[in-house]
Parts: sequence; structure tokens; C-alpha cells
Amino acid sequence: MRAQIEGSQAVAEVVVLCRPDVIAAYPITPQTHIVERLSRMVKQGDVGRCQFLNVESEFAALSALIGASATGARTYTATTSQGLLFMAEAVYNAAGLGLPIVMTIANRAVGAPINIWNDHSDSMALRDAGWIQLYAETNQEAADLHIQAFRLAEELSCPVMVCMDGYILTHAYEPVDLPDRSLVDAFLPPFSPVQVLDPSDPISIGAMVGPEAFTEVKYLAHQQQLRALALVPEVAGVFEQQFQRPSRGLCSPYRMEDADVAVIALGSVIGTIKDTVDELRREGIAAGCVKIGCYRPFPTLQLRAELEGLTCVIVVEKDLAVGMGGIVSADVQIALQGLHIPVHTVIAGLGGRSISKASLKQMIHEARAERLSEPHFLDLNMTAINDELARRRDQRRAGPVAEHLVRAINAIGTKVV
Amino acid sequence: MHRKPFAITLDPNSGLANHTGNWRTMKPVYVDRLPPCNHACPAGENIQAWLYHAEAGAYEEAWRRLMEDNPMPAIHGRVCYHPCETACNRGQLDEAVSIHAVERFLGDLAIKEGWRVQCSPLRGKRVLIVGAGPSGLSAAYHLTRMGHAVTVHEAGSKAGGMMRYGIPAYRLPREIVEAEVARIEAMGVTIRLNTKVEDIEATIQDGGFHATFLAVGAHLARRTEIPGFDAKRMLDAMTFLSSMEGPSPLKLGRRVAVYGGGNTAIDVARTVERLGAEPVIIYRRDEAHAPAFREEVAEALEEGVRFQWLRTIAKADQDKLTVEVMELDEHGKPKPTGRYETLEADAVILALGQKVDTGFLRNLPNVRLSESDDGTIEVDQCMMTGHPGLFAGGDMVPGEQSVSIATGHGKQAARHIDAYLRGTEYTKPPSHPLATFDRVNPWYYTDAEQSKQPVLALARRRATFEEMVGGLDADTALLEARRCLSCGNCFECDNCYAVCPDNAVIKLGPGNRFAINYDYCKGCGLCAEECPCGAIDMIRELK
Amino acid sequence: MSTPRIKFYQTGTYTAGNRLLDEAARTVQSRMDRMNSLNSGHRACQGCGEALGARYAVDAAMRASHNRLIAINATGCLEVFSSPYPESSWQIPWMHSLFGNAPAVASGVAAALRAKGRGDVKVLAQGGDGATVDIGLGCLSGMFERNDDVLYLCYDNEAYMNTGIQRSGATPPFARTNTTQVVGEAPGNLLGTGKNLPRIAMAHGIPYVATASVADLHDLETKVTKAMDMQGARYIHLHVPCPLGWGSDPAHTIRVARMAVESGLFPLFEAQFGTVVDRTLIRHKVPVERYLELQDRFKHLFGPPPNTEAIAALQAIADANIVTYGLIV
Repeated sequence: MRAQIEGSQAVAEVVVLCRPDVIAAYPITPQTHIVERLSRMVKQGDVGRCQFLNVESEFAALSALIGASATGARTYTATTSQGLLFMAEAVYNAAGLGLPIVMTIANRAVGAPINIWNDHSDSMALRDAGWIQLYAETNQEAADLHIQAFRLAEELSCPVMVCMDGYILTHAYEPVDLPDRSLVDAFLPPFSPVQVLDPSDPISIGAMVGPEAFTEVKYLAHQQQLRALALVPEVAGVFEQQFQRPSRGLCSPYRMEDADVAVIALGSVIGTIKDTVDELRREGIAAGCVKIGCYRPFPTLQLRAELEGLTCVIVVEKDLAVGMGGIVSADVQIALQGLHIPVHTVIAGLGGRSISKASLKQMIHEARAERLSEPHFLDLNMTAINDELARRRDQRRAGPVAEHLVRAINAIGTKVV
Repeated sequence: MHRKPFAITLDPNSGLANHTGNWRTMKPVYVDRLPPCNHACPAGENIQAWLYHAEAGAYEEAWRRLMEDNPMPAIHGRVCYHPCETACNRGQLDEAVSIHAVERFLGDLAIKEGWRVQCSPLRGKRVLIVGAGPSGLSAAYHLTRMGHAVTVHEAGSKAGGMMRYGIPAYRLPREIVEAEVARIEAMGVTIRLNTKVEDIEATIQDGGFHATFLAVGAHLARRTEIPGFDAKRMLDAMTFLSSMEGPSPLKLGRRVAVYGGGNTAIDVARTVERLGAEPVIIYRRDEAHAPAFREEVAEALEEGVRFQWLRTIAKADQDKLTVEVMELDEHGKPKPTGRYETLEADAVILALGQKVDTGFLRNLPNVRLSESDDGTIEVDQCMMTGHPGLFAGGDMVPGEQSVSIATGHGKQAARHIDAYLRGTEYTKPPSHPLATFDRVNPWYYTDAEQSKQPVLALARRRATFEEMVGGLDADTALLEARRCLSCGNCFECDNCYAVCPDNAVIKLGPGNRFAINYDYCKGCGLCAEECPCGAIDMIRELK
Repeated sequence: MSTPRIKFYQTGTYTAGNRLLDEAARTVQSRMDRMNSLNSGHRACQGCGEALGARYAVDAAMRASHNRLIAINATGCLEVFSSPYPESSWQIPWMHSLFGNAPAVASGVAAALRAKGRGDVKVLAQGGDGATVDIGLGCLSGMFERNDDVLYLCYDNEAYMNTGIQRSGATPPFARTNTTQVVGEAPGNLLGTGKNLPRIAMAHGIPYVATASVADLHDLETKVTKAMDMQGARYIHLHVPCPLGWGSDPAHTIRVARMAVESGLFPLFEAQFGTVVDRTLIRHKVPVERYLELQDRFKHLFGPPPNTEAIAALQAIADANIVTYGLIV
């Protein structure tokens, strides 16, 4: 059924179709619309005997799901930003215990300064926690990925984050094709856990493991994720077949057949990048782009295959490894090791800043001309930066940066776009 | 189901592979210790063992356990001065277990139910016992149980000895004595009454006895001179008390002075009181130094007996006694003060103690008298006199004297005689170390006051010879038995089994106690510490 | 002769079992068929009060639930000593997740059981005092206010023992820990600090809150059994001495606990829906010194010179408990 629907509502609808047993959530912007809708549907009895727990924190939300999942329940939660970091300990724990929990990340910047708008700082902070991370470009994809996420999680006994950009996707109304329940039931078998807390077959879950076996446990987790590199496209393939809708899995190329310059990115910005590629193509530049749909595990070989032979690769990422630069681009460079393709890092869209086609186009031109700084910060307001740096040179105790910057920007009347 | 995740998920109970027993430096071991009651019992009873059965309401079993050591529980429950209760660890907690009351209950119940004792078949040896007092009867009982044919020669017209002729009926009703003696006779013991042994050698030869136990007691009264007193109005305690068994009591007059400070003096005075006269006890030292038991003195006072402490009788004039006031030196010895008082007395009963009449032994040169002047005779550690096959016990031998001690002598003598008849020597198995109070963990015991036996109303006590102290009923006897702490011996309370943090105590099931699983016992010592009765020792681990 | 009616039990009322007691009146721990939910082979220190408390409580819970029980464990001594790879000493379905989330994990288990219609299975969560009164208090409070169907057991040994004896919110005044050392003014833990978790639990108005001690097995098992028969959030706070952290003789674990109860420092009571409904009377009152002198963590109070003010302050706490809960009649 195709519906004009808000991204959050669409996700809630498909999560219900996946027949979760336990949902636990703590409200945080911009995740709230998802869980509000779910709480209503659970209360209405649309989700069978599903339990909705209003918990006191994100840490409790995921912790409750750890318990529920270990008891054989299909489990779901959603969070973002500070909430994700607040549950960080449990994020690692759920993965370590091999519990197939599905969690939506309504991607949002991490403070301070506090900021409720979109970037990928939150999910990137937990990229190595042992969860599979899928990133949605559109609301349709977000919806579809949730259905696949439950299947992946349960087949691999590994938790999955479905990352969708806060506001840009969660609060956007778009037409979304919501599948029939029967289709979802046919695609997603009932949860059959590899281990379950059951009085008739007692086991001890969560042992303390010392140096003698810790490495092996981690190695096995790594192997499990590498299995996902095969399973993600396989599941996407089955999905395409059963739902009659494209789903590309690990990474999706766009106009890459003859490209010599490519932009790599995750999430909703891919849409803008595709438009930019189209415009550049019209200008005669052989541009293309590659969307990373599955960031963990990282599709190293698939990406290498897509990018081999290019002269220029630009990674546009909505995050920053402070003191280093790009997070995704570091992974891309590893994927391209030995190919001698220059990889440019562009930090863009932090804290919700819009990424315009114009800026992207200019960025590509500069990259092709080898004029990009490394890393390059897209649309950086250098006037404000220089003022602040000057002020710092003058004052020993510079005080809080954010307030000064905002004041400076207001003072010079420069609008941050 | 798939294979469980590596290392993170473990099989249940797989920890058993970790033998924590090798942490141990000390290890618990179960022990049995000698309960203080058993240790103190002159009759050698295993009190704790029979209480154990009584606690469960298994009275016949309790009685049979008791009867292994003492054939006269109904009597002992009444007259024994129960040193067991003085020793009882519970006395340091609240009040001692009223062991005598439970013993009496069992004894009375046995009489009521007509319980009998099994004997071994006769083995062809004949034993002569001289004297049917507690010692003689006890020996007769034990020897009969061992399979020996016993004949008792008793000078008196009835069996019982001091139990009949020395202890007043208000303390020990005669039908009780008769019932317990009858039960012994019913085992096949021959008691020849009115048969005084004049010549022991001849009696042994005539009867063809293989061994002899002498238990004639001490009957000769110690006397003292009271200048100016009519000898006809002066008599001794034994004569007086035994006259109570005759057809009519002696005529004594209204005011009767009893001279002496022992339990016999008290018995005499209380008997005099019951006969309607006015007894006064005259004793040379004070109450604190009198040999009589405190309770006895207190009861006598309740009944109206008067005491003249720190007095000696100096002389008499008609019906007046002149007494000298004494005072005690720093050693508690009485010294004359030279001050005199007078008091009226129609009769004086001397309760100054008894001696043994050893005339019938004069033909036996190997039988030696003891150093003291009381006529007691020497025996070796096997209770045998210098004459082979001739044993002696009870009041005839040196040492403290009581019904219970005499009964204990009877048992010991029986064991030695039995060994002698078999050409061996009886050796007492070594005792366990004493179960002292400091080993008890009193928290686990419910606070419970001693059950009190009913006591006859004072007016009736003063006027009749009805038994003064009543028995416990079955409920209270059970209650009282359950006050036993079971000092030093496991009573299967399950504490050790419960308090082990390592599940290293194995419960072996009812009656089988427990064992330590040394594979896992870390040696923390909680089991020993929390054992209520101190039946676990922690000993150094030898590795 | 008829068997006489049994009126009292002179021995056996306070012991674990006793042949004279009716089977039903004996403790779970005295039974040959007890579960040994936490079995031999675990690595707890000698005389560990927590191991003992866990054995007592979990076995009682198992019996009350007809062996249909799932246990969740917070990080801490109990977790570490019972489940180091490759050996687990648990015989029940058991899971350890994190230090501060045991109540939430348990809530999740309960929710899953509800979702799956498994009303026959009960949920137990357990943790030490650090996990309970400090790091896990948020989750615990959530579990309480939602009235999730979980029995939470706190094994209170009054400090962070697993990490090497540091102060927790349950550490008593004046106690020496490695973060409240016996130095400077007011040595040991500060008077006037700390929190009373049973009271905090009561403030949630949950169906059942109780305190219990390894010193009184009958009382402890009765409370666990009672709690297991109830629905909703239930909390039992167990006092479990730690020989290592308290500097007491391993053999004295129960004695120390007993002195805490008998002095009034650790009151035993029960509350329902926020109101105290019963208390266990002190049998033989002792001054707090009898408790303190058994433990090295209070050694500095005995001098030289003796800190009589501190001892008096602790005595005042004990006396106040006795009045508040009516521990002596």
C-alpha cells in the first residue's frame, strides 16, 4: 500500500508488521514520532501481545531489550544522539551477547554544543560496537531496511542499527510503499534464538572471559560480521524478489560505469549528490557516486571494485574524527589501498547544516583540480573562524567557543546556510 | 537450537570442574564430645542419648536407652541430687534441663505400661550379692542382663536398702520402690529377705558362687555423748527413719531436736514435722557451710522446720538442752565462743552420719579397711577387694555417698564381675573430650524456661506423707526433653548443611548425619561456628 | 499410648532443620532435594556472605516458583565468582549483562514472558549494593515505578568489594574502605552520608519491600517465598557480611550478620505498598560494640584512643531503628 506518510510513521508501521514482542523506548528528538506511533499501536492491540515499556533512560531501554531478547523475544527500540551514547555500554553488551535487537537511529549530532539536527556523529561513535549498521537514503529504503534488519539480525544473532537522518527523513512526508503483512510474514520467519533463558534448559549467559579466550570471542564476532557481507546482499536480493522493489544491500553505484570521479556518502545526502552528478554529467564531467548502504560490516571489496580505475574519489561525510578528519574516508582509503587513487575527505552537514548542490559542485571541481584542503570542511564560515582565532590569541581564557562564534556570526551578519 | 555462543554462554553447573577444596588450610571434622550431664552422672547414664528419644516422644525407646545404665529411673528421677543438672550447659543459658523430671516421667510411664527388660540367656555363672540396696540391685540387674544367675541376700524384711529405710516416703513413695524392685526380680533375680550374712566365706561356699558383690551400705550410726540427757530420749537418724517403715512411728514428744546439718538431718526434721511435732535442727556451722543441699534447707524452712545454726549441744538438763554458740574461723571451721543458750527438747535425734558394719568380713584377712574411721573397705580400680572374686561398692567403699553413686557402683561392679567371670579385665572405653559451654552456639536454641513439677500444697506437705513433688505430664516432659542442647553431639539440625556457602556439606539422610565434601570445602569454618552444639572441630589441613 | 501433641520446639526453631520439626516448617536449605541453584566450585572467598545469601535466596525462590525461574545478575562479586569462562556454578537460567542495568534487563525478561504468555516463569534480579543503590538505582527505580513483575534481591555488603573495597552509598558511617581510609579528621566513612534503599523502594509504593539477613535463614526464606508469591515489583535487601572487605573472620560471617540484627543496626522488617507491616524482633539485644569489634573496618573506633563519640553515634542509629521499627517489645 502506497501512502504519503512521515518517515517516522512509516518506520513504525513496518516495525509493527515485523511482529515485535517487546519494544522499549525513551523519548528523544527526533526519534519521538516513531515510538509515539508504536506505543499507540501496541496499546490498540495492533501488535498482538507485544509489550511496550516506557523506560527511564535509553540505557534502560536497550537493557530491557537485552533481557527480552535473551528470553526469546523479538525486540525493537529507537534512539539518537545523546540517547545512543547514554546507552553505549549496553550497545556493546547487546552485540557481545549476540542478541538480535533492531534499533532505529534517527541520526543527530552529538553535543556539546547541544544540537538536535542531523549528522552522523552518533552512529559513527558506535560503529565499532559490533552492530550491523545500515544507512537509509530515503524513507522507502528506511522502511525496507527495517524488515531486512530483523531477518539479518536473527540469522546472524547480531544486533542491527538502521540509521536514518533525523528530520531529513524522520520528519519528511514522502510516498512510501508499505508492504502487506503477508509479504512481511513470508519474508521474516518467527524468531528462533540460538540461546534462550528457559527453565527447562538452563544456561548461563554473559560469562566473564579472560585473556585466554577474549581475543577468540572478538575474532568470532568479526567473522560473524564478515558473514554479513554475503548475507546483506543476499537478503536484499530476496527482498527485491518478494517485494518487487529494488534493494541494493552493501553499496549502490550511481552512474559509475564510465566515471572518473566519484563521491562516496551515506544516508539521505545521496539524493543531492545524485542530482549534482547529473548536472556535472551535463557539463561533461564523468562524475558518479557510490552510496554505502551497509557501513558495518564495511564493504571493502565491493567498494574497491566500484572505484577501481577512478582518478578522484571524494568522501562526503556527516561526522568528524576530531584531531584526525574523516571516519568513512579512512575506511575508503583502506579499501583502495595500492590503487593510487586520491581520496579526498569532505566534512559536511554537521549539526544539520544544509548541503547544497552548488557547494558540492564546487567541491568536485576543486577536488579535480587538486585544490581541496585535507580534510575539507564544506561551507566553512572562515570569517567567524578567523575572528574567534584572533580573539583567542588576545585572551588567555577564551571561554566557550560556541557562544562566541554565534555572537561573532550575528555581529558580522553572516547567515550560516 | 544452534550451538551456544563460544565462551560467553556456559553450560549449567560446569563450575563443578573447579575443585575449591585445594584452597583449604583448615578443615572441618565431625566429632562427638562427652556431654556434661553424662559426665556428671554418678549412675553413668547416657542422659543425652535417652533425652534424644524422649524429644521425639519415643518414650519407650528413651526408657530402654536409660535402662541400659540405670534400672531404677522412677526412683532416681525422685531422689537423685542430679549433678547432671548442675553440669548442664543450658544452666548457663537460662535454666538447666530438668533431667530428673523427665527421667521420673519415663520411669513412672514404664511402671504404668509394665515395660520389661530383655535378658541374655544364662551362661552358668552364679553371683552372690549382699545387700538389696541401690548398689546391690543395680549390680543384680546388670549381671542378670549379662547372663549371670544372681542371688541377693538382704538382712532386712524388704528390699531397697536406703531407698526404703533412709529416704522418707514423701520424697520416694514406697510403691515406686516396690515396682522397680519387682521388675528386677521379674528378670530372675533371687532376693532372699531377712537373710543376714554372718560369715561371708561360708555363704559363698554354701551357695557355690563364682563371684560376690558386697553392698551392705552404711548403717551404724555415729553417736555423740550429751551429758545429762536421758539416753532413752536420744536416738539416731537411721533408727528413726527406718521405724517409719514399721507398724507405728516412735513416740518422741512435742519438741524434737535434730543434731546434724546433712541431708539426713533435713529428712529427719521434715519427717518429724509431718508427724505433728516441732523439729529444730542444731548444727555447729552456718547454713552456707552445711552439707545439706540448699533446696532441701529451703523446703524444710517452708514446712516450718526451725534451724539453730552455729550451735553445738553442750549438755542436757531434763528437757532443756544447753547449746554453745559457735563462730567460724576464716577456714569455715567452727570455734567455741563460750556463750551458751538453752532450748527445750523432748527428744534428740542424732544425724551425724553412718559407718559400715564390716563384722561379717572378719574372717577374710585380705579385705582391708580404708584409712578413714567409717568402716569403708578398700577396693581396686576393678572394685574388687583384696579377696579374689569379692567385689564391693555403694556406701561400703570410700567416697561420696548417694543412691545414684551406689547405683553407678552396681553397674561398674557388674562389668568388672562379668569380666572376672570370663577371666578378663574390663577396661572402660576412653571418653570423648568434654562438650563445654563455650562450644555451644546458643542463638539457635529457643528461649524456654524449665518446666516446673507440681508441688503439694504446704498444708498437706506439713501434715501428710503424700509425695511432695508431682511428675510431669507427657506434654511437659516432651517440652522439657526438648530443652536439651545436645551438647557436643550432632542432632541433625541441618545447620552445617545449610550454612556452607560452597554446598560442601553432604546430608546423608535421617539418622546418618552429614559428611564434608572436601573437593569443594574451602575451610571457612562457618559450619563449625554455626553448629549449635559444638559437634564440628576445625583442624589443620595436612598436605 | 497416643503421641503427645507437640506444643513448642525447644531446639530447631532457629536451626535450618531438625528431625522434630514438621517437614513444612524446615527451611529449604535443610532439604535433601534443595536446588543448589548456586553450586559448588564457585570462586567466592572463604565464608562469603554473598554466596551464602544467594544460595539461600535463590534456592527459596526456586522452590517457591516450582523451579520456573530466570535470574538476572548485575556485575559484581556474585557474577564474577560464579561465572568465569569456562565454568558456571549456576544451575538455573541465568544472565549477566552489565553493572547498572540488572533491573532493566529483568524488566525486559518479564516483558518477554508476558508477550509470550509464559505466566509460569518468574523473574529474579540480583546485584550487590553498588549495583543496586548506586549505579543501577535509575533502572531499579524504573522497574519499581512501572511495577514490573520482578523480585529484586540486593546483596548488601556495604561497599564495592569486587573492585577492591571502595565506598558505596551503602557503606556505614565510620567504616574503613579504600576510598574512606582511616586518615585525617573523621577517619573512615563520613557520618550523615549514605542512603537507605529499602526506604527508597518503599517510597515507590511497590507491593513488597523487606530486609533480611544471612543470620536468620527462616526469616529470609519466609520473605523470599512470600515475595515470590506476589505480583509486581518486589524488593528484598539482604545483609551479607564480606570477610575480606569487613576484615572479619570467615567463620564469623553469620555471627557478624547476627550482631548487626541483634544490635538494631540492621533492622529486619517488611513493608507492603509503602507501609511497614511487620518486623522481626530482636531476641537478645547487644550493644553495637559486639558487632563492631568483630570487624577490622571499625577497628580504629576502639583506639587508642577509643572513639566513643563514633560508637555512641552508631549506637544512636541502632537505638533509633529499634524505636522506628519496634524491634523490642
